[in-house]
Amino acid sequence: MTDAPLSETQVSAPAPSRIKRIWESDFMWSFRHAPVAIVSAIVVLVLVLAAVFAPLIAPFDPFNPATLNLMNGFTPPGEANAFTGDTFFLGTDDQGRDVFSTILYGMRISLFVGFSAVLLAMLIGVTLGLIAGYLGGWTESIIMRIADVQLTFPSILVAMLIFGIAKGVTPAEYRDQMAIWVLILAIGLSDWVQFARVVRGTTLVEKNKEYVQAAKLIGRSRFSIMLRHILPNVLNPVLVIATISLALAIIAEATLSFLGVGAPPTKPSLGTLIRIGQEFMFSGEWWILLFPAATLLALALSINLLGDWLRDALNPRLR
Amino acid sequence: MLAYIIRRVAQSALVLLVVGLVAFAMFRFVGDPIENMLGQERTMEDVERLRENLGLDQPFVVQYYKFLENAVQGNFGLSYRQGRPVADILLERLPATLELAFVSGLLALLGGIALGIFTAIRKRGVTANIIMTASLIGVSLPTFLIGILLIYVFSVELGWLPSFGRGQTVQIGGWSTGFLTQSGLQALVLPAITLGLYQMTLIMRLVRTEMLEVLRMDYIRFARARGIKDRAINFRHALKNTLVPVITITGLQLGSIIAFAIITETVFQWPGVGLLFINAVQFVDIPVMAAYLMMISVMFVSINLIVDMLYFAIDPRLRVDRTAGGH
Repeated sequence: MTDAPLSETQVSAPAPSRIKRIWESDFMWSFRHAPVAIVSAIVVLVLVLAAVFAPLIAPFDPFNPATLNLMNGFTPPGEANAFTGDTFFLGTDDQGRDVFSTILYGMRISLFVGFSAVLLAMLIGVTLGLIAGYLGGWTESIIMRIADVQLTFPSILVAMLIFGIAKGVTPAEYRDQMAIWVLILAIGLSDWVQFARVVRGTTLVEKNKEYVQAAKLIGRSRFSIMLRHILPNVLNPVLVIATISLALAIIAEATLSFLGVGAPPTKPSLGTLIRIGQEFMFSGEWWILLFPAATLLALALSINLLGDWLRDALNPRLR
Repeated sequence: MLAYIIRRVAQSALVLLVVGLVAFAMFRFVGDPIENMLGQERTMEDVERLRENLGLDQPFVVQYYKFLENAVQGNFGLSYRQGRPVADILLERLPATLELAFVSGLLALLGGIALGIFTAIRKRGVTANIIMTASLIGVSLPTFLIGILLIYVFSVELGWLPSFGRGQTVQIGGWSTGFLTQSGLQALVLPAITLGLYQMTLIMRLVRTEMLEVLRMDYIRFARARGIKDRAINFRHALKNTLVPVITITGLQLGSIIAFAIITETVFQWPGVGLLFINAVQFVDIPVMAAYLMMISVMFVSINLIVDMLYFAIDPRLRVDRTAGGH
């Protein structure tokens, strides 16, 4: 992300260090002057680091039954439990699991599914977009027609459907284990169209430029022209879509898990935690619901804002 | 023009055929239909007989054709879970979803247009800025969180409105309506807001952008120069030209309202087709999933088609390049 579009206004005089060059590029200049982007980036960074290092940060392992004490159930945040005297920063749920720890581990799953799904969507979309744009003809027609058909349906619906089918195909005893992978597959497959459309559009423009002609003349194969010459030039818009897709994928994952067709309660993501927390909303244990929901909102909102800024920064024409 | 219409209709038919193929493949290959219908105690003869009865011994293409034939007649077989014809279950649940979608669509349209005009006219006002910021947060807020938030405030804390179900319904013919009872109307409020809010922000932002664009035009400036009152300019001259894209986008959003109803219906345990579908996904009830998929795609495809035609009819400027230029 950092060294993508180095500005062309660089003066080559005393050859500054690489870090300094990046820091002074247009891209970073725009970043340094967008307070919203800086705050969002910090929030995203903190949350991602917290998720990655969850086993080190989390005071308890919520998935280890040995450390759980049912007596600790429903402890309000920051208060001592009436029976055991233990205190928990964000309270505990019905089974006595520390809410702070479950959020850290849940965010790990949410982010993992989100990143993997976007990566999958990107891989499929960029490949098909490149092929459609460069080869043209009936290959293009077929790919873009499929994209059109899929675009008729909201992606969350497509994801639900893929989840349902995949669930039907996997044997019952593996369903819980496979749920995470099925989720990635469902969200990834439901989201490739955006990438394919944009990459195809850019490829159509790029393939008539002189450098491609030159590569053709020296006898480069179609495959290597697509991969080595065109691909690097279509990556900017892909990066923007990937960021926005990431927020959408995280929300999609949370939605599916909330609806009970996503991450299972044994491996809860943020959505599953909200689903669990919702049951206790009426009985007054608000913290089981509020903290996972707030985390999800912070994550989705800051990634969205970052994506908004990135779109403007990488494409000044859109301003 | 005619060629364009014919091509669009053919395209729509193709989409439906493809969706039909997906639905059929689900039926045929996800789980064994025989396994699902016969219990533990079955003989080889039973299996053979059922296989023949269901036509599962015939070639794939013949089976697909049969499936389409049945689907057109609304025959999707029995639900694995409830053991009743899927079509009956769907018809029973459909009024709830349509009523919800109608009310939230109306809310999104009226609210979106009103707020859009307001934020465009008072571009620099404090209230307009607050509304714009709120809409940005609204876009990032997942639908189910909005629903939970509303339940928490209005059902748990204030106790004003019910948090689940449809309240009392009145049966008119085959249609069960919640419009005629007080509890039915009360139960409608929170789900309708939940479902409509996201679309409302979309429409609002669209109206605002279009309106700002139109207000910059020369004829508006000319109207101002002629001394026409602001009110007349805003509503009679500007708004009219803003509404063309709004109508089409709203039409297309209608489809996603029906899809997003799945989420809202789950949060509020609203007994519509969306809740039915999500339960079907949870229990891998393939006939219900397939039938829902077919039903919703017929809706989507016809909405898209109508909107496209409408676009043609409303805005003459588009006729030329649409017929000339590809897609």
